[in-house]
Amino acid sequence: MRYFDHVATNPLLPEVLDAMMPYFKEQFGNPLSPYDLGIAAKMAIDDARQRVAELINAKAGEIAFTSSGAEANNFALKGVALAKQQSGNHIITSKAEHHSILNTARSLEKLGFVVTYIPVDKEGLVDPKDVEKAITKDTTIISCAHASSEVGTIEPIKEIAAIAKAHKVTFHVDSVAAVGAIPVDVAELGVDLLSMAAHQFYGPKGAGALYIRGGQRIVPLIYGGIQENGRRAGTENVPAIVGMGKAAELAKRDLTSRMEHVRKLRDKIIDGIGRVENVHLTGHPQNRLPGHASFVVEYIEGEGMLLMLQAQEIVAASGSACTSKALKASPVLTAMGVPSSMAHGSIVFSLGIANTEEDVDALIEELPKIIRRLREISPFGKGGWGKLEPEVEH
Amino acid sequence: MYSKKLMDHFTNPRNVGEIPDADGVGMEGNPTCGDAMKLFIKVENDKIVDAKFQTFGCGAAIAVSSMITEMAKGKTLAEALSITKESVADALDGLPPQKMHCSNLGADALRKAIEDYRSKHSGVAGEAGGNSCYCGA
Repeated sequence: MRYFDHVATNPLLPEVLDAMMPYFKEQFGNPLSPYDLGIAAKMAIDDARQRVAELINAKAGEIAFTSSGAEANNFALKGVALAKQQSGNHIITSKAEHHSILNTARSLEKLGFVVTYIPVDKEGLVDPKDVEKAITKDTTIISCAHASSEVGTIEPIKEIAAIAKAHKVTFHVDSVAAVGAIPVDVAELGVDLLSMAAHQFYGPKGAGALYIRGGQRIVPLIYGGIQENGRRAGTENVPAIVGMGKAAELAKRDLTSRMEHVRKLRDKIIDGIGRVENVHLTGHPQNRLPGHASFVVEYIEGEGMLLMLQAQEIVAASGSACTSKALKASPVLTAMGVPSSMAHGSIVFSLGIANTEEDVDALIEELPKIIRRLREISPFGKGGWGKLEPEVEH
Repeated sequence: MYSKKLMDHFTNPRNVGEIPDADGVGMEGNPTCGDAMKLFIKVENDKIVDAKFQTFGCGAAIAVSSMITEMAKGKTLAEALSITKESVADALDGLPPQKMHCSNLGADALRKAIEDYRSKHSGVAGEAGGNSCYCGA
């Protein structure tokens, strides 16, 4: 199988699994237990915390483990909004966020918070000036994606962070798609909170983390024991956390070579697929994740492409409504002003370290044939969209 | 998530294309919704002798289109009008529940094609107006 869906998840690296195995078996202790078995588990978690911290240039005490990137996003937004509600009830985020930010923001609106959703331009970029204009005396937190898993665009995080700092507003970054894919340095970026997920950099599912800058006020999502320094109760998922630590260590060590590897393949896909007629690259042409190539293909629908690719043992993703359980077009593409008729033709290829030149050659060989076949079936194309001109959804 | 039979009709769709001198044409859905189907019929002695389709949509929408053209061929207009969304879905060994509304356009497109044929041949306009798009777009 040729796997081009690394934004969905990554396979576990063998070294990561090896590091995890003892904690499924003989090292099964509870990290809170005072005897050797517990102490060994506690030490393993502390070691993982150190490695995750090193990956993003943070201090170990600033890392709180969670069950996922989504939990980290929920924790950041809710935790800070609730912790600071005495000083204000206004939240700023963008229209092109992951559901774990958008739906958390909506849940906070129901609790009485006010949320401003900043638009993005047609390449998916947030304009830091728009963020600054949206800040009011009641703004307590700004949350922005670091990079979009759907269109690959990398946001101007440093600029937004400087604005947030100048206005003394907490700044959270959803870096789930970025950590392990590009260099992420919290000190250099100047962010207060940052979400990540282990399975996005060849670690296990079930482990995520939130970087919480020292001194940042936040209330927990989950109350109970003193795990994670009282910031996240519940007996730790020790094997997954150990796996995240190992994956972070390898990501730090291999980041440059991983980036070079996928960038070369990505550029080949953008060149090869981008030249097919009425196929458009989505996201920013330069400021994009090195392993990310995304397109909208006019006159056909994404799910059909995925099914036909799968018949050729090629696996990819689509932001089309039909491929989502919610049957709604991707909010990111909609926010970028892509007409929903065209958003249905979304297709996303995300590369990983195991992808080869042959994988990409096969894709560039097969996809244009599939597009042609589906366009033969489609009523659109020969005369454009005919009288059914696509409308921009608002 | 799709049945074998559905995948067969998606991978090898029957009756793809246009009938340039069609006796009736039915259009259902729209590209904003994500599914749009155009169905062409040829009628002789009150019987559908040929049917072809063009569809923009997901795997289910294409398979439904292929199946409805197969089901319609050889039927009298009255028989063809009794084909329902459910009978098309059953003929494909079922559709995932979330695809029942959005992608199951065949029966409606066929009804519109027959009404188009009848209006052309009786001079009375059919009632097949509007657009039953359920996706909320």
